[in-house]
Amino acid sequence: MKSSTPIRSEAEIIAAVIAGDTQLYHELIRPHERSVYMMALSYMKSEADAEDVAQEAFIKAFRNLPTFRGEAKFSTWLISITLNEARNRLRRQSVVRMQSLDEPPDEDGAVSPALLRDWREIPSEAVEREEVRTLIKKAVETLPEIYRQVFLLRDVEELDVNETAQTLSISISNVKVRLHRARMMLQKELAPQLKTINRAPKRRWLPWS
Amino acid sequence: MVIECKHVWNHISEYLDGALPEETRDTVQRHLEHCEICSAILDSTRNIIILTADDRVFELPAGFCERLHARIDLELMAT
Repeated sequence: MKSSTPIRSEAEIIAAVIAGDTQLYHELIRPHERSVYMMALSYMKSEADAEDVAQEAFIKAFRNLPTFRGEAKFSTWLISITLNEARNRLRRQSVVRMQSLDEPPDEDGAVSPALLRDWREIPSEAVEREEVRTLIKKAVETLPEIYRQVFLLRDVEELDVNETAQTLSISISNVKVRLHRARMMLQKELAPQLKTINRAPKRRWLPWS
Repeated sequence: MVIECKHVWNHISEYLDGALPEETRDTVQRHLEHCEICSAILDSTRNIIILTADDRVFELPAGFCERLHARIDLELMAT
């Protein structure tokens, strides 16, 4: 394929970095900074630890770049490195509270949603309010680990079912079950709280606003 | 076919992803048309997923990018 644009594809940048133009690595990772940090945060809980893990993952990815074969997407490859780094660090910190990622979800663990009679749509501008952001973050952070990871990959990082299964080394049906439970848990936790927040007094009626 | 609310809840996630088999989807849809509780559960779940995915919810810590690229520069210099 002939390219007339000066904008290089990710694959071309990777090839250039491997060939010795290492400064391009800065450019290569820029679009992935947020997702790597998010995945690190899903394991580490503390922002400082998550940042360390993210930095370490980017360094490891640089060192191992020549082994990247392009079979997976670069973003998926980066996330696998990040998850490995996070797991290793937790092991070193001997935080044993970690559940096994291969653990099958309990079959009897159906999650009942919060029952509401009606739902008034909460506009996305609501997340500009600190209290709303804090509520949502807290709800996600307190999800059990196996659900939090699937939720972050599918609904925040927007990986598809296959990529999520591959990244976490779990089956596709496990991805679906865990995602469903994560979403129901969030609905159960957040819907009643957000509903009240939504009723916060509006000032729009003020003539000068 | 008529199904109970509890069974509809089991399908909410896949319904939102458009991943249900046609027949199940139609059954769920018919239920939603007359059940305000299940409709509210579906709407709130969809709304919460959209809010959570908003980039403004999970933000990078201040100075994250500067520190990261400084660290990478050190690594690049060492190679």
